[in-house]
Amino acid sequence: MPERIGVYVCHCGSNIAATVDVRQVVEQAAKWDSVVVARDYKYMCSAPGRELVIKDIRELNLTGVVVASCSPRMHEAMFRGVLEEAGLNGYLLEIANIREQCAWVSLPGAGATAKAVALTRAAVKKARLNQPIWEREIPVNQATLVVGGGIAGIQAALQVANAGYLVYLVEREPYIGGHMAQFDKTFITLDCATCILTPKLAGVERHPNIRLMTCSEVVQVDGYVGNFRVRVKTSPRYIHEASCTGCGACERACVLWDSIPAEFDEGLGRRGAVYVPFPQAVPLKARVDGKNCLYLTTGNCRRTCVTACQRGAIDFDQKETVSEIAVGSIIIATGFDVFDPGVEPRWGYGRYENVITGMQFERMSNASGPTLGKILLADGTEPRRVAVVHCVGSRSKKYHRHCSRVCCLSSLKFAHLVREKTGAEVFEFYTDLNIFGKQYDEFYHRVREEGVHFIRARGTEVTEIDGQLAVCAEDVELGVYREIPVDMVILNTALIPRHDAEKVSRLFGISRSSDGFFMESHMKLDPVTTFMNGIYLAGCCQSPKDIPDSVAQGAAAAAQALSVIARGKVSLSPVTARVTEELCSGCRICLRTCPFQAISFDQAAGTAEINEAVCKGCGCCSAACPAGAIDITHYGTGQLLAQIEGVCGNEDKD
Amino acid sequence: MAKLKLAVYWTAACGGCDMAMLDMGERVLELDRVADIVLWPLVADFKYSDVRQMEDNAIDICLLHGAVRNEENRQMAELLRQKSRVLVALGSCACFGGIPGLANFFDRQEIFTWVYLESQSTDNAGGVCPQTSARVPEGELTLPEFFDTVLTLDQVVDVDYYIPGCPPTTEMLWQAIQTLTGDQLPPKGTVFAGSKTLCDRCTRQKEGKSITGFRRLAAVDIDLQRCFLEQGIVCCGPATRSGCGGRCLRANMPCRGCFGPTEHVRDQGARLVGAIAAMIASDHREEIEKISHLLPVPDDPAATFYRFSLPHSLLKRKRKENAS
Amino acid sequence: MRTKTDFEPLLVAFLCHWCAYTGADFAGSAGIKYPASVRIVRVMCTGRVDPLFVLKAFREGADGVLVSGCHPGDCHYVDGNIKAMRREPLLAAMLEQLGIERERFQLVWVSASEGEKFARVVTEMTDTLRELGPLNLKGGEQLG
Repeated sequence: MPERIGVYVCHCGSNIAATVDVRQVVEQAAKWDSVVVARDYKYMCSAPGRELVIKDIRELNLTGVVVASCSPRMHEAMFRGVLEEAGLNGYLLEIANIREQCAWVSLPGAGATAKAVALTRAAVKKARLNQPIWEREIPVNQATLVVGGGIAGIQAALQVANAGYLVYLVEREPYIGGHMAQFDKTFITLDCATCILTPKLAGVERHPNIRLMTCSEVVQVDGYVGNFRVRVKTSPRYIHEASCTGCGACERACVLWDSIPAEFDEGLGRRGAVYVPFPQAVPLKARVDGKNCLYLTTGNCRRTCVTACQRGAIDFDQKETVSEIAVGSIIIATGFDVFDPGVEPRWGYGRYENVITGMQFERMSNASGPTLGKILLADGTEPRRVAVVHCVGSRSKKYHRHCSRVCCLSSLKFAHLVREKTGAEVFEFYTDLNIFGKQYDEFYHRVREEGVHFIRARGTEVTEIDGQLAVCAEDVELGVYREIPVDMVILNTALIPRHDAEKVSRLFGISRSSDGFFMESHMKLDPVTTFMNGIYLAGCCQSPKDIPDSVAQGAAAAAQALSVIARGKVSLSPVTARVTEELCSGCRICLRTCPFQAISFDQAAGTAEINEAVCKGCGCCSAACPAGAIDITHYGTGQLLAQIEGVCGNEDKD
Repeated sequence: MAKLKLAVYWTAACGGCDMAMLDMGERVLELDRVADIVLWPLVADFKYSDVRQMEDNAIDICLLHGAVRNEENRQMAELLRQKSRVLVALGSCACFGGIPGLANFFDRQEIFTWVYLESQSTDNAGGVCPQTSARVPEGELTLPEFFDTVLTLDQVVDVDYYIPGCPPTTEMLWQAIQTLTGDQLPPKGTVFAGSKTLCDRCTRQKEGKSITGFRRLAAVDIDLQRCFLEQGIVCCGPATRSGCGGRCLRANMPCRGCFGPTEHVRDQGARLVGAIAAMIASDHREEIEKISHLLPVPDDPAATFYRFSLPHSLLKRKRKENAS
Repeated sequence: MRTKTDFEPLLVAFLCHWCAYTGADFAGSAGIKYPASVRIVRVMCTGRVDPLFVLKAFREGADGVLVSGCHPGDCHYVDGNIKAMRREPLLAAMLEQLGIERERFQLVWVSASEGEKFARVVTEMTDTLRELGPLNLKGGEQLG
């Protein structure tokens, strides 16, 4: 039966029509072989636009449809559904991308119409060769993996677990809670971070559906949505978790007690080589720091901790273990790193002892922190004048171009806490005040009324003038250079991608945006999913965000995972490799080209064989097959050659 | 039943296909029982005029071997097409251009300059080069025009069947002749050879295709049992039509591709690049470059992979300098 | 036959769905302009780009061919892009022997977020092709 193709060219309002002469594309298309109808419409994706296609398919017995519109990444799935609705297989659809890759990138009159014609022609040529293919449905594993136990990951884990499904929560650190556990008060309500977090931590620990894996990292990910196989490496804690009560006796007995800078306290406090970082830690179990423990590093220690532990929980023989888990969805909530201001001398960090970071201030202000909640200078006295410097490392061409989003508010919070606890004068050195959240502006005015000074500053520099710490900057509003003597400087540092974000993105096969954070499928309409089906993002690993946004995204990621579970099955792309046995000569060159080991050699037949359940349709084998015996469904050699003819073809013939 | 009329003719060729015909030995006599030879320059004297005088379709089967290199070749191909019911492209030159097709890396001017003026063995003080027409005291002398590009037979005339090979094996030839002289002709376009590529017929052991370099046959102590490619020795077998019986392989020589591509291989060079590059065991650009430059004939992948099929390939020839 | 003077080079770009194609969409969403003579063909992976496709594009009239996909290590199919890279030197060398200059065939990594880079790559390549002039291989007909 000869092919009968319908061509539909979308104006997309003026998005396409302003640059591309849509009528001309339609007129050209109408002349091509197998095109039985060519139409244009203002919005092909609208209900009337879709109806147009359905009606034509039914009335004109179309065998294929070409929609010349926006990127297939936008509406391919939707238009496939339109074909299905009219009784055609969805893969008989071809989309010509004349918006993102034509109208929007071309100047009016600069060949955009000719390009749109060429792209549409290519789509028609390919559509003629399209074959009906069917997605494969595979049952899904109902377990979910959450990577990262900060507030976003915790929220996601709890939500999936509360729905009744198993969650593996993998956390690299010995404890969950992430950065939020370190905070003192949270803006704008000024409630205590630990107080609102602890119920969530406890919820995770007690939840029958959550398998908490601390000291653990994902080291390998295989499979696909619904059926991931994940290997998790767990480093030894050197503590029998079942025996340890978290009493802390071991830490106080450690010969290195109070001598190792405590990470949790951002180096302001000290701990032993075996320790419990904070009273609300979950799990509340001690952990031996293998890098510092004398016994583990030198084999030479009195092991006072072992003696001190009445429950015999310390076990230096623990080894690293690797476990394999099977899950249907993965939620990545690996959080952020904090910019190190020590790299730039002008911020004085590391040079002046009373220059601290925002995170250090959080610990200082926290009642369980190293100063028991007192704001103190290095000499133990209270400051009388404090500067808060915004945008340290962020909104900078030199370091990180992005805005960290939370620092304006946390800076206001710092000011409030300093005023409340010490009565000191506070100077905010800001670039712009990016204050946009719910009740944020009200909080700003409250802090302003508390007598905090705001200086819109440029070129902020921390220095010492005659032995007195000072912040110098150009006051942009007054147009003068100012030197303001202070006792303490709080550097509100940028939230930046994790140092190993690249490694993690590769592990999971997800992309990163230009700022280095993990990339969502669509910045506006799909901010939680990634290009990898079944892998979702939550929290600051996607971009800096405050606690409410992290929680919301955690919940959204959970909803994604739950929708996979609720459906019970996933559709796998029908784009796979196929071997034509009559052509395969058994050279075995393809075997090595498959990254998924989907190709095996059938000794009896003397030909290659493809496991379509494992094949992902990349096509590497087809490009390497010297005999032309392997083809890819929907991206077949013939289809692509036709498409090449199409994009190269002359205007006047076809 | 009247005997069939058989013609054998050569255009740009070495004569090897004629030899292959003769290699049929006594079977030539069997051929004689079913067919009269009306044209075969190797065995008897024929003139152009003899052929021109024939009625159209007077020849039942014409086996034409050789590429189309010049105007004489073309005219004869057209003439024989006109006079023959069945025209068979015999041998790699007629099928895909063959060895003469390697001239497509050059154009006429370059070839003439080298052959008649610059090569070390040339003594041509007057700088005389062939002309299509020259005046001499006795009158005008003419030569057929030498083309820029070597063509396959089917680029010039309609071809009914193909017998590839450089040369075709006598077994194949005999089988083809038997079929063609039989009652039932196969579908037009039939290639009298295998349908898969040569690996299908190769009995060498295949363990894994991963190589760290290319090696010259002469420079290695080869494993007589194992796939050449797996030993880093370029073999065109994966993208070359079977049907030769693996003569080279049995003599421990890798395939040089003389049976040309199958329909699905389409372009031997492209497919061999795809296949052989896929075996390179390196993930580093510089290393891959280094390995790639060390093909047995260094920096000559095109002639290695298109040794017999350049005029038949997608691009057919080297781009002409005056093209732009 | 096209001449150098009124010459707008035809660049055929094979882009992998996951990175370069998405990057090209990104260039569109950001409204970054580049020459309209670039024609994009989507493949799932650069590893899919059979040398046959490259020759075909030149034969059909392309003045240049760009293959673009994920940066090494970022491939959606583990290392399909590396497979594209393994082919590149051999194919480029063969093309050069066929009179197709090295600059006319390029393999460039463009990530999903590098819309600007994509636009830059195709603009620069188009400029290079303009300098080189038309290839005039269309139809592969250069007989006689």
